[in-house]
Amino acid sequence: MAEMTMIEAIRSALRLEMERDERVIVMGEDVGQLGGVFRATDGLRQFFGPSRVVDTPLAESVIAGSALGLALTGLVPVIEIQFLGFAQNAYHQICQQLARSRYRTRGAQPAQITVRAPFGGNVRTPEFHSDSMESQFAQNTGLKIVMPASAPDAKGLLLQSIRDPDPVLFLEPLRGYRMISGEVPDGDYTVPFGALRTVREGSDVTLVAWSGSVPVAAEAAELLDAKGVSAHVVDLRTLVPLDEAGLVAALERTGRCVVVHEAPATAGFGAEVVALLQEQAFYSLEAPLRRVAAPDSHYPLPGVERDFVPGAGLVVRAALETLEA
Amino acid sequence: MRVEPQFLPSTEAVEPIRLLDEAGRLAPGAEAPLDPSRTLEALRFMMFGRAFDARCWSMQRQGRLGTFAPITGQEAAIMGSAMAADPARDWLVPQYRELPALLRHGYPVERVVLYRQGHPAGGFVPPGVRVMPYQVSLAAQLPHAVGIGWGMKLQAQSGVAMVYFGDGASSEGDFHESCNLAGIVDAPVIFLLQNNGWAISTPRSIQTAGSDIASRAPAYGFPGVSVDGNDLMAVYLVTAQAVERARQGGGPTLIEAHTYRMGAHTTADDPSRYVDPETEKGWARRDPILRVQRYLAQLGEWSEDRDAQWRKEIEADVDDAFERASRFPPPRASDLYEHVFDEVTPALARQRRWHLQEAAGGDEETG
Ligand SMILES: Cc1ncc(C[n+]2csc(CCOP(=O)(O)OP(=O)(O)O)c2C)c(N)n1
Repeated sequence: MAEMTMIEAIRSALRLEMERDERVIVMGEDVGQLGGVFRATDGLRQFFGPSRVVDTPLAESVIAGSALGLALTGLVPVIEIQFLGFAQNAYHQICQQLARSRYRTRGAQPAQITVRAPFGGNVRTPEFHSDSMESQFAQNTGLKIVMPASAPDAKGLLLQSIRDPDPVLFLEPLRGYRMISGEVPDGDYTVPFGALRTVREGSDVTLVAWSGSVPVAAEAAELLDAKGVSAHVVDLRTLVPLDEAGLVAALERTGRCVVVHEAPATAGFGAEVVALLQEQAFYSLEAPLRRVAAPDSHYPLPGVERDFVPGAGLVVRAALETLEA
Repeated sequence: MRVEPQFLPSTEAVEPIRLLDEAGRLAPGAEAPLDPSRTLEALRFMMFGRAFDARCWSMQRQGRLGTFAPITGQEAAIMGSAMAADPARDWLVPQYRELPALLRHGYPVERVVLYRQGHPAGGFVPPGVRVMPYQVSLAAQLPHAVGIGWGMKLQAQSGVAMVYFGDGASSEGDFHESCNLAGIVDAPVIFLLQNNGWAISTPRSIQTAGSDIASRAPAYGFPGVSVDGNDLMAVYLVTAQAVERARQGGGPTLIEAHTYRMGAHTTADDPSRYVDPETEKGWARRDPILRVQRYLAQLGEWSEDRDAQWRKEIEADVDDAFERASRFPPPRASDLYEHVFDEVTPALARQRRWHLQEAAGGDEETG
């Protein structure tokens, strides 16, 4: 065990897997010499050389698309998109080509590729660097969506992602890179997909979150605690596949639920969670299900981002409203 | 039968066009395309740009500004080209390092301050000012510029679109698609590539195996030019000729200005991890501002006194820019809900009420 920040946990997973499996190559903009703009790949070039840690031209579509070709030759690409906002330049490749390859070849050409990208707000980035776009990707089947919220999960889920036979979008919460830290087990371990994590046990209201919203939900739970309300907090860890049974069980603990995410409300992944609970746990509901999300606006310039990214105060308000309902 | 391909890679870079040497001497037999007063005008913008960078850098370090991209080292590429554009009819479409060009084109400097402060009002473009806002998503501005040039041409207007982008941006698919369409419709577009050697830590050599990026132009059916980007006169000359050609219906030109980013990519970057200090020193000797000052000194138009005087005035101009920005009301949470749609949707109105805890039926301004 060692105390690590999230970025260190990610780096240790990459290094471990590159040592364990020589088919793994890392590529992207500024990942080699610089070690990535957030240093996720720092030091890998020295260990594994420039043909396994590749600085690419500035072109997201060919980074993603060439990864499919590389995979067909037997390599296991782990690509970095410098910020999720720029993954849209590779959207067709990721969502239609990588995600569909297994299906359209009837299983003959699966795409064992990991697409890593940081995202999320409140770190004063320039435009297009902070948007939460997980639901845009989640609608493209064939692509797994992994969104760790803790340092040990970041390592275990990344190892699982690289080994997973399907393409995986591995999303890293920017403001958690150095703010989130925890005890990370040494050596090799994986965290399975589709198994949510209970962050905190509670009995009055269930808070559902993922990635950078998990600390927000946890903070809200503390605030609720001070008001005599016991919140049950779960971290979905992976949106695709989704832990449906775990979600239903978490709802059944309290009969009330608030889903928290950073993406705008309309067609956000919260809508999926709420629909699922309504379909599968209707008779356990004590109050209308609630979403706390960003408004249907554009990710703003930093001057008002704190008013855009939902904070713990809004989660508390929504939770109290469900308790009054 | 063994065939030889007809189109072979060009392996040798061409010599960039240059008019002023490092000592500011005009090439033998050359005529200065900018007279002293226009040269001084350009120099003033160049010096303002550098002073504004320095001020912003220290404010950023104090936590009073967000991340921004300095222009230091690239002033001649920016102003040499901008001087060839006519604010009354031409459009400037920037990437994010073209501050003085935007100012000359009528963009108010306080908006740039606000943008760097993270104030939503920083995005506003006053009516009649023919610029687009900074573009952070690389190469995304290139298709827009093609549309602008093409639109002006379809409406028989004489304007051209001048679009700036980096060597890194030239690797994006949008670059190819834009050049291709501009060539086909003969759009009056000046593709002004600021090749500053780097895309964050990625050197030019990793963007293309070709020799000059400008050499791609003929494949799209229009001319390309390679120019010393630290030479104000040369950049002006080639851009003015390209603008003239475009105005006459001669279509696009790709200009590759060879310059150098003298410092960090942005305030968030640490170039000591990848830049060789010797290379940097070599480029410092080619400082574009010094070169113009040396040239003007030979004409008796520049002196230490004038330099000191200008620096004082420019510092006051920078103060003034921040002062004017400070007169704007601070950003408000309600800014998020304005200008999303022409008319607010029911969902957004409901979200606004809940997020801002406004009373139902309250003022749902669309602003
Ligand atoms: C589409 C896209 N991908 C990645 C980035 C992240 N990024 C910001 S600036 C930059 C390098 C840009 O290099 P270049 O185009 O040469 O311009 P320069 O910054 O050197 O002026 C990168 C990779 C981005 N802003 N947009």
